[in-house]
Amino acid sequence: MTITDAPKILTARLDRYADAHTIARYEETGGYQALRKALTTLSPGDVADEVKAASLLGRGGAGFPAGVKWGFCPPGVWPRYLVVNGDESEPGTYKDRLLMERDPHQLIEGVLLASYAIGAAQAFLYIRGEMPLAHERVAQALNDAYAKGYIGRNIMGTPFSVDVVLSWGAGAYIVGEETALIESLEGNRGMPRLKPPFFPAAKGLYLQPTVVNNVETLSNVPWIVSNGAAKFTELGADTSKGTRMFAVSGHVKNPGVFEVEYGVTTFRDVIMAPVYAAGVRGDRKLKAFIPGGASSPWLYEEHLDLPLEKVIVDKAGSMLGSGAIVVMDETTDMVKACLSVVSFFAHESCGKCTPCREGTTWLRQILERILAGYGRPSDIDLLMDVSDNISPGLVWPPKQTTICPLGPSATAPTASAIRRFRHEFEAHIDRGMRARGEQPPPAQAVAEPAFAGRDHGGLE
Amino acid sequence: MSDVAVTINGQEIVANKGELVIDAAERHGVYIPRFCYHPRMKPVGMCRMCLVEIDTGRGPALQPSCMIECTPEMKVDTQSPVTKKAQDGVLEFLLINHPLDCPVCDKGGECPLQDQTLTYGPGESRFVEEKRHHEKPIPISDLVLLDRERCILCDRCTRFASEVAGDPLISFLHRGNETEVNTFPDDPFASYFSGNTVQICPVGALTALPYRFKARPWDLEATESTCQGCSVGCRIAIQESRNEVLRYLGVDADPVNWGWLCDKGRFGFEAVGAGNRLRDPLVRRGDQFSVVRWSDALHATATAITAALGSTGPSGIAVIGGARLTNEDAYAWSKLAKGLIGTDNVDCQLGDGLPASAVLGLPKATIDELCAPGATVILLGPDIKEELPVLFLRLKHAVQNDGVKVIEVSSMPTGFTKYASVSIRHRAAEANEAVRALLDGIPAGKDGGGADARVLDAARALVTSGAPLTVLLGRTSLSEQPDAVVDAAAALVDRVPGVKFLSGLRRANVHGALDMGLAPGLLPGRTTLAAAGGWFGRVWPQVPTQTGLDTTGILQAAAAGHVDVLILLGADPLADFPDRTLAEQGLAGARTVIALDTFLNESAQQADVVLAAAGFGECEGTTTNIEGRVSVLNQKVTPPGSARTDWIIAAELARILGSDLQLESVDDIRDEIEELSAAHRGLTVDVLAKMAYGDGVVVPLPSEPAPGADGDGDADGVGSEASDEAGDEASDEAGEPETVGADLERPGPAPIELERTDALEAPPIDAYSYRLVTGRRLYDQGTLVSQAGHLAGLAPGTVLRINPYDFDRLGVAEGTTLPLRSPRGLVEIEVHTDREVPRGTAVMFFNQPGADAARLIDATARVTEVRLETGGPS
Repeated sequence: MTITDAPKILTARLDRYADAHTIARYEETGGYQALRKALTTLSPGDVADEVKAASLLGRGGAGFPAGVKWGFCPPGVWPRYLVVNGDESEPGTYKDRLLMERDPHQLIEGVLLASYAIGAAQAFLYIRGEMPLAHERVAQALNDAYAKGYIGRNIMGTPFSVDVVLSWGAGAYIVGEETALIESLEGNRGMPRLKPPFFPAAKGLYLQPTVVNNVETLSNVPWIVSNGAAKFTELGADTSKGTRMFAVSGHVKNPGVFEVEYGVTTFRDVIMAPVYAAGVRGDRKLKAFIPGGASSPWLYEEHLDLPLEKVIVDKAGSMLGSGAIVVMDETTDMVKACLSVVSFFAHESCGKCTPCREGTTWLRQILERILAGYGRPSDIDLLMDVSDNISPGLVWPPKQTTICPLGPSATAPTASAIRRFRHEFEAHIDRGMRARGEQPPPAQAVAEPAFAGRDHGGLE
Repeated sequence: MSDVAVTINGQEIVANKGELVIDAAERHGVYIPRFCYHPRMKPVGMCRMCLVEIDTGRGPALQPSCMIECTPEMKVDTQSPVTKKAQDGVLEFLLINHPLDCPVCDKGGECPLQDQTLTYGPGESRFVEEKRHHEKPIPISDLVLLDRERCILCDRCTRFASEVAGDPLISFLHRGNETEVNTFPDDPFASYFSGNTVQICPVGALTALPYRFKARPWDLEATESTCQGCSVGCRIAIQESRNEVLRYLGVDADPVNWGWLCDKGRFGFEAVGAGNRLRDPLVRRGDQFSVVRWSDALHATATAITAALGSTGPSGIAVIGGARLTNEDAYAWSKLAKGLIGTDNVDCQLGDGLPASAVLGLPKATIDELCAPGATVILLGPDIKEELPVLFLRLKHAVQNDGVKVIEVSSMPTGFTKYASVSIRHRAAEANEAVRALLDGIPAGKDGGGADARVLDAARALVTSGAPLTVLLGRTSLSEQPDAVVDAAAALVDRVPGVKFLSGLRRANVHGALDMGLAPGLLPGRTTLAAAGGWFGRVWPQVPTQTGLDTTGILQAAAAGHVDVLILLGADPLADFPDRTLAEQGLAGARTVIALDTFLNESAQQADVVLAAAGFGECEGTTTNIEGRVSVLNQKVTPPGSARTDWIIAAELARILGSDLQLESVDDIRDEIEELSAAHRGLTVDVLAKMAYGDGVVVPLPSEPAPGADGDGDADGVGSEASDEAGDEASDEAGEPETVGADLERPGPAPIELERTDALEAPPIDAYSYRLVTGRRLYDQGTLVSQAGHLAGLAPGTVLRINPYDFDRLGVAEGTTLPLRSPRGLVEIEVHTDREVPRGTAVMFFNQPGADAARLIDATARVTEVRLETGGPS
């Protein structure tokens, strides 16, 4: 066990105070001092450099360094916007909700610092529609911050002015994808735009340069500005610095959100340690776990000792993604688990790209048919080939025939489950065929992969 | 245009800067399959069919070729195994939920999905689940049906509706596998351009009622022609089976319609073969018409003409109409009326246009010049969305994409108001006051026609910005005389150097008829009796010396008993002349009325002799559009019964009158036009033969070949195959200047110039009356609409719209029906408020069912004034 005594950057306040969401408590615990420091002693470039030096990886899923992203806006093109992605919808992910509900001012201060750094006079906070408490708390916090002069014209008597606009999602997972979020903000259907040419940094909201950051990412910024990048990079390992929040759910005894030191703590720690998820329920064996949200390929027992470090997990053929770890114990029917995840993506496909619109539902229909006892031996290869037509090669990182990664995400569980648990699919098919009086084909020997990560990655 | 070298399938090609991979590949003979991409709309990259492997230095990756611009060193592979697998996969995905009803689908045989499946697709489906189900087909408008099961969600129709037409009335509903195209509840896809969605639909999801189940594509034969629904001159393909016209398709003519058509044009084909077409000549016997032989009908006509010549002389004969005719027909009739009979009482307009000198005597602009990037446009004419719909599409595109700024000068809100940078609202009949105030500021003692001074300032800033200025000049209202518009045009041409004008007259070939001299004082080639009498006298037996009467004058003279023979050349003054009372009196007062027409319309029913004419698609000829662009009309079907072409009727009449037009074929006429008309120099039979499939050319041809004339045809490289071919033909023609150019130097008569009115005082304001503004709608009770089965019911009727300030004084509820009285007559009409209508003005529409504006209009008044009778003590 490598449970470190790293300070809690994001959750210290909300762990300690039930009223951490109020402006009084926030101010009392050092709130808005990072903003004051930045506006009075630092230039926008200084703030950006500090965040860049902190190597703050984006916490939304892709893990791109935030400071680098801020530098992508083409110089001299105005206005530019900051968009905050609070449309946290990845199954199993509920860390941003916690931050918005319990410590909204920390987020707002991060938004203001980011706006200052990139030169945005308007920031847009897009919060998932199914989080009414988060919406309420953030709205209240915005009002309080406006009243206290932290947002608006000439903040703290400096020339810096910014407005923060609150926007509420309408129930589409895909809007978590940044270009779809921008479409939705503009009042259109939430459908992704193709990159290129629509890289938000160049052609984002209203086709202006736009920085899109995740809630957790921005919530780190006040601490970085207050304490310096050096303090931040003392924590963590390799490229993954600071701390990170992981939401552990599924078949564990103590599901919840845990802030741990990034890159050092292992999967085994967060799943098994008593202070975190406290082990598999009923002390059963762990069969598989989803390491980074429903989009990520599954990992297994042999991966438990991998540290929660971006590059290492990437190399293992999956990703830390949105920081959602879902544990499946040995009683799990992997075909049903696969159907559950595939159904989610089929339901959430926006319908824009043909392979995702048609393919995800086709996958769902085949899985349903297998579970209903009407599977054919050819269905397993069909599942793989349909998946392949959505995500060519079924490799990691995924290739795609679609605009955004939603369609390929639906192939991750299918490919994972079939590669590792093909016999479970065959068992369902055999059972159905016998029930109908048909002779199932002879069982095929399946070689257990030596290192399952290679199957997903074809790394070398 | 700098070049970009890219490699496609191992072969190096040169693409244009900014050119999409899919276009560059196609231009070099590599066709990449696609469904959602359309060259006239913004790419969305959502069908994923055009995925190809593109390597920009970071290794090959699948990219939609419709979204990626060519960049230097780019390597494209359209045939790699990865590309093939991806395309096959997409095709399979598109097919799994697509119904197998090709045998009963209108699109079968010309279906991109069917074609791609045959070319690339697997023979068998791996899909054993149940397909998606929707109610089959649902009407989304009066003309278009939607079958959502067939739809492959390519976003073409929805993009067209919002992006091109500006009618975002269809959209995606739901999401994922349940996504469907539909209208909003209770809100039909009531767009004037809905038929285009049927043409661009890559499957049979959208079908048009007028064509449904009429033919299989392989049974259709096609030729190219130019739509005669209005005067924009959209190129179309006429498709026919068993001598029946069954469909028009838009052809992508780059300088004109970009492949789009309006629904009136597209579905107007139903009028061609309508059951009640005139098949044979008729002669009145008492209250009845009898079908007679052609020789009897022509002799009856000739007898009346001869008698009139004997009693009153040439001025006792008058001709109204000619806009339905081809250029060649119009020339033959011009020669017959002016050169043989000797009358100048000839007018192809029905009191609803502009004086010929304002149409022909001003510097002319093309549509491309009107829409040139960065240009400024003044709209001083009718509502172009209602009257010249495809011009509306072109100008709307220019405003939204090319920075064109539009100043609208109008007494009523129009379909273009929301795209205009500035809308100057002036009192009816005072457009000239507003335009002069725009140019010079509001003079002391005047109020600029009631226009807002700040709006005028904003407009002035645009006009003086230095951007090229083009004016769309047409008839702003049928209930006022055109003097104010002509005076405004005079002010503009005097004050703004380099200003050009595009005609806004709407009737099919009215510009060709004017070019052929079918107007008082006019001779073929945009010249006048005074300037060209001698020139024509060399070939024509005679040329009138006195300027004759226009249609209003002819009808007044007829009403007074001064017209012995009134020839209606495809004209229906009872329906189309703004002043119904005068039209009735004129028809009743003319001793003999001869009608040449395709239908027995209301005016023809008053005639003594009716000559059945061949119509559109039934004869060869050329037509001239608003720009002065001459394009070829090809024949596709035979005329009904014994109906004859108008020029043949003219030639036969001349023979029976004891003379000879010396015109024995269309080519004869073309030769004579080319010889006599200075405007048509160089437009020889050979040149026209090459233009049979092409965009046409603007006359007069430039005497020096325009630099880059060769490249002109290539400019529409993104167009359909048909237009590509067409473009090349046109450039061949333009690239033949050596013989043509030399020939153009021949001397000729001086061209017509704008006739200015004397100082025009604004009419006095009558505080108790409204000035009536009368516009047109796309669908009215005109011949084309009422004879085309599926358009017939679409005329929406009219209400009266007045300013809320005026309305409040009436003390009635919104929508109350009130008597509306003018000096001419009385109608009952629903009254509504519209804050865009200036005070003291009342707006209604012409030739609509219900309240008839023609009953109110006085064609002799500067502006018709009307009063609402509330009945109460006021």
